[in-house]
Amino acid sequence: MLTSVAQAVYLAAAVLFILSLAGLSKQETARRGNVAGMVGMALALVATVALALEGSERPVEVTGSLILVVFLVGSTVGTWQARRVEMTQMPELIAILHSFVGLAAVLVGYNSFLTEPSDPAHLVEVFLGVLIGAVTFTGSIVAYLKLSTKISSAPMVLPGRNWLNLGMVVASGALLAWFLGTGSVWPLLLMTVVALALGWHLVASIGGGDMPVVVSMLNSYSGWAAAAAGFMLSNDLLIVTGALVGSSGAILSYLMCTAMNRSFVSVILGGYGTAGGTVVAADAELGEYHEIKPPEAAELLADARRVVITPGYGMAVAKAQYPVAELVAKLRARGIDVRFGVHPVAGRLPGHMNVLLAEAKVPYDIVLEMDEINGDLADTDVVLVIGANDTVNPAALDDPSSPIAGMPVLEVWKAARVIVFKRSMATGYAGVQNPLFFRENTSMLFGDAKDQVEHIMLAL
Amino acid sequence: MRIGIPTESRIGERLVAATPKTVGQLVGLGYEVVVERGAGASATFSDEAYEAAGAAVGNAADAWLSDVVAKVNPPTDAEVASLRPGTTLVAMLSPASSPVLVDDLHARGVTALALDAVPRISRAQALDVLSTMSNVAGYRAVVEAAEVYGGMFTGQVTAAGKTPPARVFVIGAGVAGLAAIGAAGSMGARVRAFDVRPEVGEQIESMGATFVQAEAAQQAVSADGYASALTQEQELLTQQMYTAETADADIVITTALVRGHAPTTITAEMVAGMRRGSVIIDLAASGGGNCELTVPGTAVVTENGVTVVGYTDLTSRMPQHTSQLFGTNIVHLLQLLTPGKDGQLVLDLDDPVQRGMVVTHDGEVLWPPPPVQVSAAPAAPAGPTSEERAAATAAAAADKVRRRQRRSVVLALLAVLVLFGISFAPAVFLGHVTVFVLAVIVGYYVISNVSHSLHTPLMAQTNAISGIILVGALLQIGDDSWLVTVLAVIAASVASINVFGGFLVANRMIRMFRKDA
Repeated sequence: MLTSVAQAVYLAAAVLFILSLAGLSKQETARRGNVAGMVGMALALVATVALALEGSERPVEVTGSLILVVFLVGSTVGTWQARRVEMTQMPELIAILHSFVGLAAVLVGYNSFLTEPSDPAHLVEVFLGVLIGAVTFTGSIVAYLKLSTKISSAPMVLPGRNWLNLGMVVASGALLAWFLGTGSVWPLLLMTVVALALGWHLVASIGGGDMPVVVSMLNSYSGWAAAAAGFMLSNDLLIVTGALVGSSGAILSYLMCTAMNRSFVSVILGGYGTAGGTVVAADAELGEYHEIKPPEAAELLADARRVVITPGYGMAVAKAQYPVAELVAKLRARGIDVRFGVHPVAGRLPGHMNVLLAEAKVPYDIVLEMDEINGDLADTDVVLVIGANDTVNPAALDDPSSPIAGMPVLEVWKAARVIVFKRSMATGYAGVQNPLFFRENTSMLFGDAKDQVEHIMLAL
Repeated sequence: MRIGIPTESRIGERLVAATPKTVGQLVGLGYEVVVERGAGASATFSDEAYEAAGAAVGNAADAWLSDVVAKVNPPTDAEVASLRPGTTLVAMLSPASSPVLVDDLHARGVTALALDAVPRISRAQALDVLSTMSNVAGYRAVVEAAEVYGGMFTGQVTAAGKTPPARVFVIGAGVAGLAAIGAAGSMGARVRAFDVRPEVGEQIESMGATFVQAEAAQQAVSADGYASALTQEQELLTQQMYTAETADADIVITTALVRGHAPTTITAEMVAGMRRGSVIIDLAASGGGNCELTVPGTAVVTENGVTVVGYTDLTSRMPQHTSQLFGTNIVHLLQLLTPGKDGQLVLDLDDPVQRGMVVTHDGEVLWPPPPVQVSAAPAAPAGPTSEERAAATAAAAADKVRRRQRRSVVLALLAVLVLFGISFAPAVFLGHVTVFVLAVIVGYYVISNVSHSLHTPLMAQTNAISGIILVGALLQIGDDSWLVTVLAVIAASVASINVFGGFLVANRMIRMFRKDA
């Protein structure tokens, strides 16, 4: 009886999860979606606790208090994290949360192996669940360390790294055969070590700018890990939820890859500059750049009618979103039409810029996507490029030999004036020099983006 | 060192080589600045304003006896005589057409820098006064035209009937031509423009004008960024086109100057074919004029009522902004010449920009300078022809189709394999696979609709949801093996962090999104 009720509740929860993700498609319904997810989760957990207490092989009090401890830990740590985190740190938080799912999947897999009968189908499920979980676990930890700059975000290049990855996959395959043959725990343990190493190496060899893809990919993996756990526990709710999350992450990774005009495989198997492109070739004959000071920039802005701001990761690093938002408010109060153009891979997380701007109270209806704004750039008087580089590089369209050739970019150079906020003349993530900086209608504003925006505001 | 800004002596000249704003910038470079009393008066800049910006106001001698003298027009003989040997003179000298002046400056022992001889390379743009002057002249040409033309530029539909927009035809899309196109367009006129250099067509269109095509009349990209003279056959075709275009236009603005020389673009015959009341603004009047009927310096009305304006002082007619822009060009030049920002002028003759401008220096005549490799013209006009491009597109499309076919075959094979594998699996597993596949497809459609701006909250939300693995861990806590229980508690704890953290942070982000009130 209880099992049937629980199944019914699980079904309701699964439906609520689908509605929740559907609700997230628009700002207007996003809150409703968030709440639907919470309700679904609460229902599922209540039913599960009831099931767990009923099926407990220990005294109910012991199991009950352990469950209570679990929820206490989860709610305190989770709430504390969610409150404390700054929006610029969001990528790190997401990455570390992925690693938790990975870790849980590994442990649940081992438990399932220890407690349930070992028919071959179940063994395969356990093996895959642990494999995906372990890769997600270490991969997310490395992503977390890179995103929080606890380790360098430069790609780690080991000799023959693709062979190394392949070797680890093949080794896992062999261990699976051994595992199926004997049902012993050793191949499982060995595979876990191999998978942990694989996850580590996979993400360590990907550079900072490809992180949006990596984080979405890990998001997807964490979903598949949950789905695999569902298979081994014969739990449809886990399967449905895992599949939803898995396809969500996969779509996000795919979108990011299209936005960079790169295939998923090439992102995973190696960063820029290793594929043998002509990285430095474009350095010749770019001419000189023109420098501009904040007062002159303020003058340009004050005289403009239409202004577009294209933010990039640099804005997040400098935490310039607040002064930028203030500047926007000031300009809009003067009747100047100000909008944002966000490239899909700007930042370190899909949609990262949107969240930062929302945090600074920029209304979301003036934050447009690349495709929405590109057509209007020719009619724009001033474009402010704040901390973006590769996403506004004309070489992507003009120079077929450029490593980023074919990547869709924000065509800011079509505007009457472009002001680029930049620390120095260093190249962006892709290591490509940006001809935009040397265009006649481009002026460079050097220094910390936050300070410079504040100076502009003072001069206005 | 001291910079002197004398009053311009040419009759009717209203410009000045420095404004209070640029004086401030010059002072910032470490220079002392002396402005002759009243130098900026006709450009609306008072002596007090100069003093407030950090300049001293003095008499003519103070200005002329400075270490650096900056002015607009070439100096007169008397002015040359008042320069001290060793002084640096910065002005528009047109050294190519005034050999006498060059000799005089040489004899006087001054270092003369010709502002109108800046090489056309992109880094020298900031000091190119010719661009500045052309830009202003182009704008002013439209203003003059508007004054003479007896109609409105923009088309109007009123209760009293409607008027068509003015038709403006611009010849030559250099800096002046483009400025004229922009000004006329923004007043509402319908603008057509022609240039012998086909590569500027895109610029013309970017300014909102129609680029008049005359394929045979257009020449290949010029090596040095200037237009060159036409061949005879091109000449004829161009003439026919001009005849048609001018007859159709209300206002013709012609800006063709090839190295100071004005070729004839509009013949008397063409003018005769124009409507009564039309206007021709000849920006090349200083070089003799593009129109055969142009009288440099004044406006004349032809027998058939066409006004031909040949003013040569268009830039002086907007003294305030022209002086500001001109003064900024001088500031840029001095920035280049003052690497230490210490008020010490250092001439580097190895720099092609500086070398190009130096006319006399150290008792030597350095004009003309060696030719400079110019980058004004876009480097690679030799792109693929349209057929090649079409072929490439076709090949790419075919390639795509082939790849898609290959992919379909691979997918079909995979599907067969998977189905084969599943049919051997136990029944329970089959049920799960069904659920899994359907959920993936539902997920695909649901997520595809998510707005890009919500991707980060989406990830946090999916993060929380994937904490559903908590369900599995909770069910294992009650196991009788302590090892299993411990592992399950750890798993459940981290998963529950995910659930709480993910939902709350998603909630926090979603609440931040607000619509424009």
